[in-house]
Amino acid sequence: MSKMTLKTEGDTHVVVTRRFAGSPEAVYRAHTEPELIKRWMLGPPGWTMPVCINEAKPGGKIRIEWSDGKGAGFYLTGECIELVPFSRIVHVERMHLPDPTPDNHIVTDFTPDGEGTLLTMRMTLPDAATRAQMLATGMEHGMEASYARLDEIVSTAVGAAKG
Amino acid sequence: MVNESLNYAFSALADPTRRAILARLATGEATVLELAKPFAMSQPAISRHLKVLEGAGLIVRRIEGTKRPCRLAKQGVESVDRWLDVLRSALETNYDRLDQLLAGLKPENGEEKQ
Repeated sequence: MSKMTLKTEGDTHVVVTRRFAGSPEAVYRAHTEPELIKRWMLGPPGWTMPVCINEAKPGGKIRIEWSDGKGAGFYLTGECIELVPFSRIVHVERMHLPDPTPDNHIVTDFTPDGEGTLLTMRMTLPDAATRAQMLATGMEHGMEASYARLDEIVSTAVGAAKG
Repeated sequence: MVNESLNYAFSALADPTRRAILARLATGEATVLELAKPFAMSQPAISRHLKVLEGAGLIVRRIEGTKRPCRLAKQGVESVDRWLDVLRSALETNYDRLDQLLAGLKPENGEEKQ
């Protein structure tokens, strides 16, 4: 519907925004109900989500497994921290590649925006150095070249953040 | 190959001392002695961390007399950087798919798809 933005904030945050043509309730449900999550949070074309556990309650477990159908895949684990129906999800997640990535603490807000919803996902990484490593210079500007490399990368190290 | 080096890189980044060392190296080349100074750690302990970072391809070391100054390895840092590119691209693909799902969930469509 509208272009996604991905920006850094302060020393340790990454903020993603995106507008959707759906109510906050619908967008929130698409982020919390496994049957709905499985229909879109799939990563690159051809990948599937054989396991999707999302216990939408404080302390609830999150486990999502992705597969490329050819024996390759990876998984994500996490815990729900706070849920405010149709407006906010707070959770922590880490990817296992298979070694775990540093914990990513994520606050996802669903704000009414005209007929639709503004989604704001604010990620907090453990410290400035971790984020600096992730966001080494050129990220915002080097996207085109990255897309050209994407096919090669997705076959081995694909990622999809649970929002 | 990419996956393997990324695994090493993230293992290396899992340790706070190693992240602090990288942050220091982001400001320029440094010797073991210089790196050990801000930490309450012995030189051999710092050297072990440097070995992990070197193995992960995140730093490179050169020989200068008896010293072995370290600096960030551009390639290694870029491989971690690429992880975020993948994240961005995966998010964009996912959100395009969510647009379609939301179109199907709209009440005016008469039925809610399961």
